[in-house]
Amino acid sequence: MLNRLFVPLAVVAAAMFAYAPFMILNAPYEATMGLVQKIFYFHASAGMGLFLAAFVSGIGSAVFLFTRKPAADRVAVAGAELTVMLGLIVLVTGPLWARKAWGVWWQWDARLTSTLVMWMIFNAYLLLRRYGGPGSDRLAAAVSLFGMANVPFVYWSVNVWRTLHPTTSVIPSLKPGMRGPFWFCVVAFLLVSTLILMVRTELEKRRQELDELYLAVED
Amino acid sequence: MKAFARAVWVVTRKDLLIETRTREILFTTVFFALACVLVFAFGFVKEGRPMEDVAAGILWIAIAFSGTLALGRAFERERQGETLRALLIAPIDRPALYLGKLLGILILLAAVEILIVPLVALMFQAALFDHALIMVALLVAGTLGFAAVGTLFAAMLVRTRSRDVMLPVLLYPLTVPVIIAGVRGTAALLQQPADLPMARAWLSFLLFFDIVFLTISLWTFEPVMTE
Amino acid sequence: MIKKAVYALLLVAVLGGTPAFAQTTPPKTPTAGQDDFVPVSAPINANDTIPAPRLVAIAYGFIWVVLFGYLWSVRSRLGRVEREMETVSRRVSAGRK
Repeated sequence: MLNRLFVPLAVVAAAMFAYAPFMILNAPYEATMGLVQKIFYFHASAGMGLFLAAFVSGIGSAVFLFTRKPAADRVAVAGAELTVMLGLIVLVTGPLWARKAWGVWWQWDARLTSTLVMWMIFNAYLLLRRYGGPGSDRLAAAVSLFGMANVPFVYWSVNVWRTLHPTTSVIPSLKPGMRGPFWFCVVAFLLVSTLILMVRTELEKRRQELDELYLAVED
Repeated sequence: MKAFARAVWVVTRKDLLIETRTREILFTTVFFALACVLVFAFGFVKEGRPMEDVAAGILWIAIAFSGTLALGRAFERERQGETLRALLIAPIDRPALYLGKLLGILILLAAVEILIVPLVALMFQAALFDHALIMVALLVAGTLGFAAVGTLFAAMLVRTRSRDVMLPVLLYPLTVPVIIAGVRGTAALLQQPADLPMARAWLSFLLFFDIVFLTISLWTFEPVMTE
Repeated sequence: MIKKAVYALLLVAVLGGTPAFAQTTPPKTPTAGQDDFVPVSAPINANDTIPAPRLVAIAYGFIWVVLFGYLWSVRSRLGRVEREMETVSRRVSAGRK
């Protein structure tokens, strides 16, 4: 299944990512921020992917905790790693935008802080998986659940504090010229995220099979 | 329900009994908290006078750091005696076991705070007692949130090799909302004049996180601690 | 029963805690571009100190490198594991003979 779907979907995703910059260049400029606001198209899409990846990891972990199905754990690992990668994108593109829009690279604003905290929780998850030793898979699952619990908080933080970061009302109120490119980017990001999740889950599965094979050799 | 409460109390009493015999965790934790305050004092005091707003931060950092130490020690004790396994085999509900351990840690941290808070107030000329009620509420809610997550992870980490490193690595990112709320709430109280609506807002934020953390911890303690 | 109590607590927290907090936070006047983006057809102030095109270019370059670099690294790790599996299973079947 993986190999049959992977290549065509990857081609589509790469094509979408190649075409996205042209759509974004043709989109109108923002009145106060100008050109730098165009980072938004990828920044917010990556943020959406980030939330989804955190949910995939958290739900996978919950299923793993209560049913002990190794397949759920594999999905949780893939989700956590994707969360860290997308979080890196969000946390790097954000300051690049802020440098111009706010004049500083970083502000201790509610959205920025909570995103950083969530990213660190999933980093802790990966550290635990890697260095925790035997039995750390269930422990890590609990970490992932706490990470997922942070998602609604990160999402609402902009509306509750209203410090500097644009609020969630930006996306539904996008004007026609901006709406098209934005949702195009969202679809592109979600497609790539799905592909990554598929491949990463497969990798985890193969690794476990390899471990079992080694155990069989030793017997 | 009564049996549940009794089970919680049995676990707590066991921990308190061991602690009152040796007082090891209490003494080392208080001393460590004091050392934290001292180290940070040198970082944030200019020409003999503390910088503005610094007392709140130092207080909560001291609580978080010494709390981690206490959590680590409390469960290290269980590990050395292999008593955690005995506790898990004992015919008590897992949530009761968790709550019992949590209550023990909370009482211990409360004892530490009773000593540290007046000390910080004294050394940094901070008006921590002007609004004592809301200050106590902030401390209780903050400590509860921190200890709720801490007890869960310290208990889980007992079995792993790298527990000394992993406890702070996991605990600080997870409990940072609680620490932020504690610091900001306390700082609002320390302003001249005190910003009471802001302090109350942070208190409700703390309570919200307490409930979320307690729920997830109670929910996951059983599957995580079952072999 | 305890679980039910826990869920009830959580519900109370979500229903009661968030609005209470939202109410107590003092409202702030939004800055430009915080609630919605206003489109214009030309870029503004072209002669300022921070070069926006460079920031945008770095952001897009970074996204490309991270996303596809990561995808590629996972693919290659998968290939490596699969190759290793093949050699191990070949050794297993050779040992049995």
